[in-house]
Amino acid sequence: MTVLSLQGLGLTYPGAARPALDGLTLDVPSGSLTALLGPSGCGKTTALRIIAGLQAPDAGDVTMDGVSILGQPPEARGVVMMFQAPLLFPHLSVAGNIGFGLRMRHLPRGQVSARVAEMLDLVQLQGLGDRKPSELSGGQAQRVALARALILRPKVLLLDEPLSSLDAHLRADMRDLIRGLQRSLGITTVFVTHDQEEAVVLADRIALILDGQLRQYDRPEAFYQRPASQAVARFFGGRNFVPGRVAGAVFDCALGPLTVAAGMTQGQGALTIRPEAVRIGPGVNGLMAVVTDRAFLGTQTRLVVRVGDVPLEVVVSPDLAAGIAVGQAVQVNLPPAALWVV
Amino acid sequence: MMPLRTVRVLSGVLLTLWLILPLIPLAIWSFARGWRFPALLPNGWTLQAWDYALSPTSGVVQSLGVTVWIGLCVTVLSVLIGLPAGRALGLYQFRGKPLVHIIILAPLIVPGIAVGLGLQGVFTGLGLTQTVTGVVLVHLIPTLPYMILVMAGVFANYDPRFEDQARSLGASPLQIWWHVTLPAIRPGLIVGALFAFLVSWGQYVLTLLIGGGRVETLPLLLFNFAASGRNDITGAIGMIYILPGVLILLLTDRVVTGRSLVGRL
Repeated sequence: MTVLSLQGLGLTYPGAARPALDGLTLDVPSGSLTALLGPSGCGKTTALRIIAGLQAPDAGDVTMDGVSILGQPPEARGVVMMFQAPLLFPHLSVAGNIGFGLRMRHLPRGQVSARVAEMLDLVQLQGLGDRKPSELSGGQAQRVALARALILRPKVLLLDEPLSSLDAHLRADMRDLIRGLQRSLGITTVFVTHDQEEAVVLADRIALILDGQLRQYDRPEAFYQRPASQAVARFFGGRNFVPGRVAGAVFDCALGPLTVAAGMTQGQGALTIRPEAVRIGPGVNGLMAVVTDRAFLGTQTRLVVRVGDVPLEVVVSPDLAAGIAVGQAVQVNLPPAALWVV
Repeated sequence: MMPLRTVRVLSGVLLTLWLILPLIPLAIWSFARGWRFPALLPNGWTLQAWDYALSPTSGVVQSLGVTVWIGLCVTVLSVLIGLPAGRALGLYQFRGKPLVHIIILAPLIVPGIAVGLGLQGVFTGLGLTQTVTGVVLVHLIPTLPYMILVMAGVFANYDPRFEDQARSLGASPLQIWWHVTLPAIRPGLIVGALFAFLVSWGQYVLTLLIGGGRVETLPLLLFNFAASGRNDITGAIGMIYILPGVLILLLTDRVVTGRSLVGRL
């Protein structure tokens, strides 16, 4: 059980205009699965490389259970990083790859092969130990890479885009495998992804990094219900932003006065509501709207409605949308619990 | 149209003949007792030339030792210099890289005799002429370009992330080199090293200019006997001289071509 803590990590690559990381501070609870989420090139992988010891930061510190690990070489940290590509050593068999780390630690051969067999079971690759990496499918290779990391029983496991190299139908399997193993082994895990959906389904906590800076660090639901800023809300698919002003439990804006939950930050702000939280029909904060567009999304239908001059996106079930045509006037309501001011 | 298979076999046979035919008179000469034009074969057979070539008086055995020693030193130095240089050229982008490429190739473009004559003065000043050390150093001029370019090619297809992955799995830098990097570059490394050895083995002009006749490698000795008209002894030394090339080819063609000429040897 290990608490990982990043304190003010900063790094600017030589010749780069902007820092890759700018004062990243983050406490990763023991045994948790934390996602570093952000667009490509936002410095997430750099953070992993610093924790793994493959890169030294310009500023800041990394501690494990309160002790700085920056002075330790990678092999002494108890941190194992798994890269985006499986990177299986082509000249070694599957078993040779999985046992690599233990052999580097000079464990006796018998002990290594026993642990390797155990790991093959764990990642459901029994009997494939003698194969060469070139004879494996993408999903199998990724599982071998996972086994190769887990066999070392790391205190901290780092995963760089663990699902991005897999085909869509293999992702769910790999996701469940990582989730299951991480839970049962209780390894403090940090993974990097640019896909907010992947972060939401896999992580206990998400750290959203935009432009090298931590924008919000929270449980996945919070990014939908209580985003810290418009930028955060937009990254998570937020589409509705109405400028206005909070006074008490009322938000004054172009839609008229709306009831919001008590305790909102007072003063200027933007009202936001998830497209799927907007209701069709009468209710609290009821408004008259005209449908201007509709699009079928597969499992849902997206409507664009206009309240006066203000466009709102609404996502509803296809059943409900079946009776609604473009140009039609509908009543919508904005449940106060779903309203949030940023 | 001939079938492709026939063309392939025919060209193989022609190529082999072209390479082997010139060596046949050499081999016959080494066992000949008097062989005058236009006789198809010598008057008789003898081991005299071989006997002389392998005796201490001819200096062949000693010269063989010197040549092998120089070749090994040149190979080791070429690997030690060519490996990191090739890695830098193959893996990294930097300013002036095309210029560096040209400079590395320059020794292959400039004739050896020009380089040798120029260096002779410098080496004399340094006291390196007429020494094995000097000959080893001057042999590096033609061997390094091969070594560096072969290794640059190897590293251009090499993924250094494997080293990061090994590091993260707890391997020390030395273990990474031995267990990850070396297996990946081994075929190219062997080819480069063999090239270096054979290029050193074949040097005549540079050895003559820097060694000044004191460092007598096999090609120098061979040329002396050839110039003195002793075709039989020239034949015997010639056979010894081509031996490493043939041996290396037979033992390592698997590494180079992926298939073996000699089968399961």
